[in-house]
Amino acid sequence: MGSRSRNKLIVSILKNLLAWSAALMILVPVALIILTAFKGSSESLTMSLGLPKEWNWSNFATVIEKGKLVRSFLNSLLYAGCSTLLTVFLASMAAYVFSRRRSKGMGAIYMYIVLGMVIPVNYVTLTKIMQVTRLNNTWYGIILLYTAMQLPFSVFLIYGFVSKIPTELDEAAILDGCSPIQLYLRVIFPMLKSAVITSGVLCFLNTWNEFIMPLYFLHSSEKWPMTLAVYNFFGQYEMSWNLICADVILTCLPVVVLYIACQKYIVGGQTEGAVKG
Amino acid sequence: MNKAKTYPWYFAAGAILIYTLFSVVPGLIGIGYSFTDWSAYTKELHFVGLDNFISVFSGKGDYLHYITNTLLFTLVTTVCKTVLGLLFAVALSEGIKFKNFHRGVMYLPSVLPILVTGLTFTSILNPKIGFLNTFLRAIGLDGLAQRWLVDPKIAFGSVMAVDIWRGVGYIMTMLIVGILAIPRVYYEAVAVDGANAWQRFRYVTLPMLRQTLAVTIVLNVIYGLKVFDMVYALTNGGPGHRTEVMYTAVFKMMSKGLYAEGTTISSIMFIFMAFAGFFMVKILTKNEVVE
Repeated sequence: MGSRSRNKLIVSILKNLLAWSAALMILVPVALIILTAFKGSSESLTMSLGLPKEWNWSNFATVIEKGKLVRSFLNSLLYAGCSTLLTVFLASMAAYVFSRRRSKGMGAIYMYIVLGMVIPVNYVTLTKIMQVTRLNNTWYGIILLYTAMQLPFSVFLIYGFVSKIPTELDEAAILDGCSPIQLYLRVIFPMLKSAVITSGVLCFLNTWNEFIMPLYFLHSSEKWPMTLAVYNFFGQYEMSWNLICADVILTCLPVVVLYIACQKYIVGGQTEGAVKG
Repeated sequence: MNKAKTYPWYFAAGAILIYTLFSVVPGLIGIGYSFTDWSAYTKELHFVGLDNFISVFSGKGDYLHYITNTLLFTLVTTVCKTVLGLLFAVALSEGIKFKNFHRGVMYLPSVLPILVTGLTFTSILNPKIGFLNTFLRAIGLDGLAQRWLVDPKIAFGSVMAVDIWRGVGYIMTMLIVGILAIPRVYYEAVAVDGANAWQRFRYVTLPMLRQTLAVTIVLNVIYGLKVFDMVYALTNGGPGHRTEVMYTAVFKMMSKGLYAEGTTISSIMFIFMAFAGFFMVKILTKNEVVE
């Protein structure tokens, strides 16, 4: 009995030790970024864990001005916001039809769309298409691209939820004289709330963090989102890690806030389908 | 009730149209273009047959090296993230103080922009003044201080390590959700039979996690084959082309106007993933019920 409880204690200590060392591995780089963001220029040739001599809040103002971050912030908000709304709207309607029809043909189309989670983008020919359709270097072009990239996963995610809504509801609504669009908007869509929020949050997160699309398709700096602005800023101020870190914090702040506020949806959404149930 | 009338096909039309135009069409016409000499320098296109594919697979001009690098990256990061993720998941699924704090922290890197993570690590891994080497020297481990992203021998290893740092928490989280979904009675049953901790893991946890593990592996593989941001931010393929992967190589070809080469590499990936992807998607969409 004594040795068993001692073993248990040792295992528990080891587990907690492992947990703390893993957390430290993550938190040290985070702390480096936060501390460096407040340092003066002479202390920040690189990132270190020392406390700043003075807390230079002015770094943030400098970065916002020099990096033209207000513009980029609004751009990111526009791209992520619009493509999220468009994706969620189109994906939920499509998922609804695929899930309800259950015919062979619709099943095949569902597979065709979901395959988009896997297939890689050919950026070379996509550039050609963007040029031919005159969408290259436009804000609506990038929104359509993001929508196309996010649709497959969103359709997949929402599809699973639609099948949990009983079809008796549809029948009752139709008997009451609902048109198909009314049935969808008034009956089905409200019941998909949690699925829609989940896919919306994930979509916003992914598009906010995305980097490769604007790199290929947005050439004028006034159209750049935050990620591209950070990268460009890094190229210009290579040795000013205080400014780069301030820029990094401003870029990450919205997603971290979203993460803290919507942790349930983010983790839940990303693990959906991975776990038997 | 008439299904075709109640659930009209045009509800799905918007999604199908946008997805087809921007994802599928570029892939398909890309295959067509990979049989040509398309570039920024010639006005006319010429059919060149399999020449582009032959130059990729004959090992001329490093193309094959980008593909093998991508496969190596995918293999190593997938294995490490899965093994470490599983270790942490088993350890952290119960019996931990502040468990929500730990899980929250571990998951944090997966919500940050990958580009930003990469940029941050270019400072941390700086050979002279970076945090990692400064720290190693301070605790007397000078011998371990490396020229992480500069030394051609270890640069790719460093890139993979940063990516593993970023991705373990995500895999761990998925596996924890999977572990917590295993009915307690299974553990109670083997406990009655006197199973030790390893046997509980081997005969209950592992088999019950099969589907979750399959999904995480598929997600890791998809991510690995498409990796761009991380490599671009850390090394941009350097030193030389030591850390070049397919997508960074395509980006460079594109900037140089070598469209045919770029589209050929993309098409090889597209064809491979369209077939392999079918099975991956089957795994992702399978939602079998236990019991």
